[in-house]
Amino acid sequence: MNMKVNIAGVEWKNPVTVASGTFGSGAEYADFVDIGRLGAVTTKGVANVPWPGNPTPRVAETYGGMMNAIGLQNPGIELFCERDIPFLKQFDTKIIVNVCGKSAEDYCEVVERLADEDVDMLEINISCPNVKEGGIAFGQNPKSAEDITRAVKKYAKQPVIMKLSPNVTDIAEMAKAVEAGGADAVSLINTLTGMKIDIHRRTFALANQTGGVSGPAIHPIAVRMVYQTAQAVNLPIIGMGGIACAEDAIEMMLAGASAVSVGTANFHNPAVTMEIVEGIEEYLRQNHMNDVRELVGSLI
Amino acid sequence: MLEERIAEERAAEERIIEERAAEERIIEERAAEEGIIEERAAEKKDIAGKRKENAAVVSQEELAEGIFSMWIHTEAAQSAKPGQFISMYTNDNSKLLPRPVSICEIDRKAGNLRAVYRVTGKNTGTEQFSRLRGGDTIPIIGPLGNGFPLEKAQGKKVFLIGGGIGVPPILELAKQTVCVKKQIVVGYRDKNTFLREEFEENGVLYISTEDGSVGTRGNVLDAVRENALEADVIYACGPAPMLRAVKSYAEERNIVCYVSLEERMACGIGACLGCVCKTIERDLHSNVHNRRICKDGPVFLATEVEL
Repeated sequence: MNMKVNIAGVEWKNPVTVASGTFGSGAEYADFVDIGRLGAVTTKGVANVPWPGNPTPRVAETYGGMMNAIGLQNPGIELFCERDIPFLKQFDTKIIVNVCGKSAEDYCEVVERLADEDVDMLEINISCPNVKEGGIAFGQNPKSAEDITRAVKKYAKQPVIMKLSPNVTDIAEMAKAVEAGGADAVSLINTLTGMKIDIHRRTFALANQTGGVSGPAIHPIAVRMVYQTAQAVNLPIIGMGGIACAEDAIEMMLAGASAVSVGTANFHNPAVTMEIVEGIEEYLRQNHMNDVRELVGSLI
Repeated sequence: MLEERIAEERAAEERIIEERAAEERIIEERAAEEGIIEERAAEKKDIAGKRKENAAVVSQEELAEGIFSMWIHTEAAQSAKPGQFISMYTNDNSKLLPRPVSICEIDRKAGNLRAVYRVTGKNTGTEQFSRLRGGDTIPIIGPLGNGFPLEKAQGKKVFLIGGGIGVPPILELAKQTVCVKKQIVVGYRDKNTFLREEFEENGVLYISTEDGSVGTRGNVLDAVRENALEADVIYACGPAPMLRAVKSYAEERNIVCYVSLEERMACGIGACLGCVCKTIERDLHSNVHNRRICKDGPVFLATEVEL
């Protein structure tokens, strides 16, 4: 049985990675998960300089999911290259570095710094709803999305995945824009902007007031957007949004995703990714399929 | 000539034998080293092999209104230390995140941990926990975080301070602390002074209540003043305003003070950066002035953090 997938020229041993920001750079999860059994590890977003992130509370539970407004706290690209990349190189998995920035120059600086590092792919976060500058600002306007894609492609030596926001009117239009800008792949969806209010304290649940909603509650929205994107572009899609079990991952692949990312579910069960890999294999066996790639976009 | 040659040949043979023996010794030594390395790797793997576990509920009782005490049978009991916590999960898939609950007591022999927690409202995860009975199971991960540094208490006069739902972890701390003068100071809202008898068995107990129904009226520091207590080391767990007051009390008097912090958590293991606190110095891991409460704490030296 073949579980390998090829995403923009990079071969993963299986189609399962983790969603940026839910897995750090893997060090904490290595106690729970055999990282070498993941198709790829997608790291927490990293910027050109360290970012302190938002005030707390940064997280809140919601019905069937959660909200976060971490604000892209990260140690900066230098420490990341010195510490996190060597850590991940110990494992037989692909490394996808998620890149964030406040300006096009910030993104390009990080991408350029990573050009000679031993990492496999770059994921450009133009969809974080929790920072005031950059982030989602590049991901809600097709022209900006195309421009930032073109800009980072100039410096990138690794394939570039553009991570799209669901907080748009037409996801297909955004996907087409980054395709026009030269993206090698797209990943979607980032979190949906939400708000939660503590009725006893009459305060916002998050210090940032708004936050990104994730978890199983948003899964149907993600499946719909992956499907629409698959109809609109010829790029490989990494599908994510509320995947909590193998069935959710298979659903996402049937909608058109070539690979999947598991995010919030890691918080509920740190070993969930291993169960998802095994569950996909089991589904293929039961359905007499020999190749996981047969699933992609194979709605009847 | 012949004799010389024979002697040379013998010497050469002996050298070869010696060399082979030396090689064999090196191989043996290497094998032994590798064996040790393998053993160490296995040990490391055992330590690293953490997992979410379905713990068996042993018993549950309501200690005071809304305050529940649950004993669970868990592997976590073997390595748990005072001040650490466990992540408790509901069996309800609409509530995904773990509830971090401090460890109140550790019974290593029986393999049990005691979690004393407050039910935070209707339809909450903690309300679901409170309905569990002996024979039910509860998914948990733990023990998590770093506990109180017990060794700092040796030969010292100590305050063990707990407030509100920060009271429970002080019990196991009191049981394990070895010091010259063990002064337990706990603050409650009212006369529902849960765990009181257990505290009395493990040190000299001072109580404060907000309504003055038991002990000193006011907070834990009011109880300290009223009883003219003194300490060289403080361990404290409780709500942020109490910890702020304890921190400044300790700083004014140059007392070594450790505080256990609380924050909303998502992963509970240090990956998501949801539960950070502000630090005075730049933290080596985060590379900013933030530390992770779940992983780097929950216990911090009070002078290291901003409250």
